[in-house]
Amino acid sequence: MSNYEIDNRGFYGKFGGAYIPELLYPCVEELRSQYESIMQDEGFQEEFQSLLKDYVGRPTPLYFAKRLSKYYNTNIYLKREDLCHTGAHKVNNTIGQILVAQRLNKKRIIAETGAGQHGVATATVCALMGIECIVYMGEKDIERQAPNVKRMKMLGAEVRPAMSGSKTLKDATNEAIRDWINNPHDTHYIIGSVVGPHPYPDMVAKFQSVISEEIKWQLKEHIGKENPDAVIACVGGGSNAAGAFYHYMDEADVRLIACEAAGLGVESGETAATSVIGSEGIIHGSRTLLMQTDDGQIVEPYSISAGLDYPGIGPLHAHLIDSGRAEAVSITDAEAMKAGFFVSKMEGIIPAIETAHAFAALEHIKYKASDVIVINLSGRGDKDLATYVAWDNNEYQHNH
Amino acid sequence: MNRIQRLFQEKKEGILNIYFTAGHPGLNDTEDIIIELDKAGVDLVEVGMPYSDPLADGETIQKSSSIALKNGMHLDLLFEQIKSARQKTDIPMVMMGYYNQVLQYGPKKFINRCSDAGVDGLILPDLPLFEFEEKYKDIFEAAGLGISFLVTPKTETHRIQKIDEVSKGFIYMVSTNATTGGEASFSNEQLDYFQRMKGLELQNPRLIGFGISSKKGYDAACSHSNGAIIGSAFIRALENGQNLSSTIHQFVNSIKNG
Ligand SMILES: Cc1ncc(COP(=O)(O)O)c(C=O)c1O
Repeated sequence: MSNYEIDNRGFYGKFGGAYIPELLYPCVEELRSQYESIMQDEGFQEEFQSLLKDYVGRPTPLYFAKRLSKYYNTNIYLKREDLCHTGAHKVNNTIGQILVAQRLNKKRIIAETGAGQHGVATATVCALMGIECIVYMGEKDIERQAPNVKRMKMLGAEVRPAMSGSKTLKDATNEAIRDWINNPHDTHYIIGSVVGPHPYPDMVAKFQSVISEEIKWQLKEHIGKENPDAVIACVGGGSNAAGAFYHYMDEADVRLIACEAAGLGVESGETAATSVIGSEGIIHGSRTLLMQTDDGQIVEPYSISAGLDYPGIGPLHAHLIDSGRAEAVSITDAEAMKAGFFVSKMEGIIPAIETAHAFAALEHIKYKASDVIVINLSGRGDKDLATYVAWDNNEYQHNH
Repeated sequence: MNRIQRLFQEKKEGILNIYFTAGHPGLNDTEDIIIELDKAGVDLVEVGMPYSDPLADGETIQKSSSIALKNGMHLDLLFEQIKSARQKTDIPMVMMGYYNQVLQYGPKKFINRCSDAGVDGLILPDLPLFEFEEKYKDIFEAAGLGISFLVTPKTETHRIQKIDEVSKGFIYMVSTNATTGGEASFSNEQLDYFQRMKGLELQNPRLIGFGISSKKGYDAACSHSNGAIIGSAFIRALENGQNLSSTIHQFVNSIKNG
């Protein structure tokens, strides 16, 4: 039995559960009572696997990054989630959840999005299935991720701005939850990360677990063994990290390295480094680590990366970090941007700014020349071109 | 017996419970609002602890909460304000907020401050029933503090019975399956739900809230339960009014007498 699976109330150790108002209870309970049997159903698995293969383009390659490995004097493999249809790992989860929604007879889909990748992935599967789609997105994120807003609209989704709080991912999530409360009968909420009330963290982690399932056999093909010495992933809510870590959580010899966004610096007050400055509490229906005041008010986060600009982390990661199983590394805006430019020139791959945080960890962690390190390349950077350019011209820094 | 239990023993119908967000419109209005509500003939006051991310609340309460936080409201100050109001009134008071506020303050310390300030009960919509039973039930009882859980039109009967077993004071019947603030005209589905609740013969009295904004809504709620809870409509009145005292008296009068 794994130490990192949920218990019967949906807790990973002391983290997780469902801290939700009664108004949300029927929605969450309907999903909770059915998600396991739906996911285990043979017909479901057949459809899920076939869509992952033929629509998403799985398995994604595990690529040996020759020049990067030489530069860092170690062995670096890149799990190419950027090559998934829509350009990020997010679609693994939305394919799974749209199939769940259909089996629950839901006619309307809502989602929240930060970077817009989850919004695009949700709009995509809704178009695929011919289902109505509404995406909540912080006003600030609508500005800084404009290409993804256009993509969502082209795919037929309605994008609704979240105007409260920091106008980013946290606030978009609040609005999506309120929408669900107001539309309990016909609507399924496709959460985009391993956050929210039970059963979401478990369900999303399981849909994303295909990432480490593939790494295992792919690494065996490359080097003759399934386990690397380390797996590195960025953590916003933590879904790509959960997927990359999943089948290694019980393999104690594999280091799990979670990269959080430090923004302008962990102590700067402009950060999203939840595991460093956060404490145990409740956010979006889950007991986990979050950034908050002594009075329990949620603190507004900051990161250059819209997908990491979130004041909490999923309960699985809170548990992995709290128990010492995973190492947390904080990466500043500047470190991430430098890594993003560097990887582009070294490997011909422009990573999402979220993913650039994972690459920057190579400057922080200790490793040996003989080590095998897998970096989860969660997404491509096309959506971030404007920010990369503004950074390169020093315009971004000037405005922050 | 605390003030809430005494109230429901003395008065079985037409209970009027008014919610406001502490720290709104002004940081130091809490005491005056409580006193004026009492004078205007309100039966129960629900003091909202402003929260940064009030998931179960509609736009009006969200907005008032962020204004209150901007004004500088925090729990230590709120307990002082309530304690000061308690010297001048015997009206039952409950505090409503989110579980994370209690968790960070420290549940034991929070409950002690409630007793000390003369708070009679709590409403924490995102506190799970089992967690209350396992962790807090005994401390609440020792402190003489009530707890009200929410019931909605979609809550199943066995769960309503469980909620009734655990609640102490009254049950908060959410009129609709929607966040607070909408307009109330009760549908057949809602009326069925009110009847179903009546038929269960619960041990706790029932108050209907969410979306009630007029005498019509208040009367309708009262005809199906022990009374009504009004929040958003009162907050809007406070926002539009000039003088706190006359605004409050006019508002309460308009609810009770039309
Ligand atoms: C490419 C990419 N990576 C990572 C993330 C962060 O999310 P998570 O931590 O759930 O993987 C996002 C979120 O938008 C993303 O678009």
